[in-house]
Amino acid sequence: MTTATQLYGLLAQYDEPEALRAAASQAYAHGYRRMEAYSPFPVESLATALGHPRSRLPILTLVGGVLGGVSGYGMLYYASVISYPMNVGGRPLHSWPSFIPITFELTILGAALFTVFGMLALSGLPMPYHALFNVPEFKRASRDQFFLCIQSIDPQFDINQTAAFLKECRALAVHEVPR
Amino acid sequence: MTPDGLGDPGSAVHAGNVAPSPAPPRVLEPGQTYASVTDKISAIALAHRHPRSWMIGFIASSLLLMVFLYASGLLLITGIGLWGNNVPVAWAFDIINFVWWIGIGHAGTLISAVLLLFRQEWRTSINRFAEAMTLFAVACAGLYPILHLGRPWVFYWLMPYPNTFGLWPQFRSPLVWDVFAVSTYATVSFLFWYVGLIPDFAVLRDRARRPFAQIVYGILAMGWRGSAIHWQRYETAYLLLAGLATPLVVSVHTIVGFDFAVSIVPGWHQTLLPPYFVAGAIFSGFAMVMTLAIPLRAVYGLEDFITLRHLDNMAQIMLATGLMVGYGYLMEVFCAWYSGNQFEWYVTINRAFGPYALCYWALIACNIVIPQLIWFRSVRSNVTALFVIALIVNIGMWLERFVIIVISLHRDYLPSAWEMYYPSVWDFAQFLGSIGLFLTLLFLFIRFLPVISIFELRELVHETDGGQRS
Repeated sequence: MTTATQLYGLLAQYDEPEALRAAASQAYAHGYRRMEAYSPFPVESLATALGHPRSRLPILTLVGGVLGGVSGYGMLYYASVISYPMNVGGRPLHSWPSFIPITFELTILGAALFTVFGMLALSGLPMPYHALFNVPEFKRASRDQFFLCIQSIDPQFDINQTAAFLKECRALAVHEVPR
Repeated sequence: MTPDGLGDPGSAVHAGNVAPSPAPPRVLEPGQTYASVTDKISAIALAHRHPRSWMIGFIASSLLLMVFLYASGLLLITGIGLWGNNVPVAWAFDIINFVWWIGIGHAGTLISAVLLLFRQEWRTSINRFAEAMTLFAVACAGLYPILHLGRPWVFYWLMPYPNTFGLWPQFRSPLVWDVFAVSTYATVSFLFWYVGLIPDFAVLRDRARRPFAQIVYGILAMGWRGSAIHWQRYETAYLLLAGLATPLVVSVHTIVGFDFAVSIVPGWHQTLLPPYFVAGAIFSGFAMVMTLAIPLRAVYGLEDFITLRHLDNMAQIMLATGLMVGYGYLMEVFCAWYSGNQFEWYVTINRAFGPYALCYWALIACNIVIPQLIWFRSVRSNVTALFVIALIVNIGMWLERFVIIVISLHRDYLPSAWEMYYPSVWDFAQFLGSIGLFLTLLFLFIRFLPVISIFELRELVHETDGGQRS
């Protein structure tokens, strides 16, 4: 029998998303907080059931878009008015309508880059090693099985009680996750 | 929740049809489970052996790619004189092909982004390879303006970067807008495609048996575990990207339209051009998706996933955008007449009755007349007929760019500067070769990556009341 300190946590297995969501709500109501659910496709309101707050990603997207747009327009202004002013038939140097297309494209580019890299960074990806990959059954999290993992760092974690609790939550199986 | 078009497809679509019709085809044939869709799609990428038709297709496209490389190499050594274009027709096959390819790309973004925002679940089976098609089409498109530069090895002069000349690109020129539009489009399309692939890379990582495949797919999956918080961010990111890609795709072809509309060449200098280019791009893009999807589903037995319903829907979008393009042709003629401008009117007459009249009428036949067959349900449910119509539309849209570009340029204001344009054999070699480049990339994609988004199919199984058992 492994001791709690050698464990990453206990992994309960389900075969339908509804069962997983019910178990997640039950575990949250029971007071477990350091836990995470794994599914082969996004399950509606599962993150909420686990107590995760709403994603702040849209703010990052906004920041990226504003940065892209402002710095883009700034570059166009600097190039056309300050660094390399060119008199074309007496037209104004600051010819803003012709700066709009590039500003628009750079806004989109900044927002898209911040969205993707923000999503990866907030999720801590890329992460080549994770304790969960030690469980052979976990391979099916990318196929047809649904998992709930209560981590050993949770204050309420107790290897026997937590295992019993997960069984109560109708887990098909409970696996130990070695570190 | 019954997502639109899953429970009762076609109820609104054919409201005007009097005859009692058989049950419309579904977006996913019954009997699929989470495991079965996963195994079926991932098996294509992980299989040791591939259908003979894949091998034949790959070899044929690689040979065409060699033609492209040979023509490009010769062009670099010789110069642009190798091609048939010369003043006054300074833009010819290179720009025709550029616009043609980039237009084809637009359907991929439309399917993956716009249909996602409109919650059209039927897009699920076709979005992945439509996005791949976008990427490869943009890659082909981007090569043409670069090869046309004359000195392609200094193409980076188009980008603003600190340089010892103390120079900047001319930011008031639509051609520089195009550089930004196309490079942003390529980057965002790639990000969108890659983000969509991450969970499926994890599937391949977990299902691959060979260590090499496990390592490569493992690196590409970046340690994806499918955790709830990751999925939450993932879905947010995917929606945001869709929201960003939608105005982007419209802006890209608008700017391609500006390349023409901002100039003063008769036949180009019209406010009509940008929106009519966007409609044409979607029209040709859907034609290309059909051209690719129909053989793909037959060869790999994907009829359960890419159903007749998909083909029917795509055909209807093609018909709708084709009618918009037809309206564009009509307004072009009307504006030329109504403007009272003799040069504009001459271009119109010259298109229909000049030396290239055959191209013009072939274009009308391919883009306007023949697609009207799609109105008939029997045609929409006939896979062969759809394939042929899609091919014809591809040809028609190529001819449209030929008509716009060459016929406008070869006779503009000054009759003493009029000249005929004839493509050289290298123009054709370059064009056919770029089709080889496109198809080679596509065959490699089919071989090594999941052609249908696996996790979205599992969602679809869940929503259509499948699951572990069916």
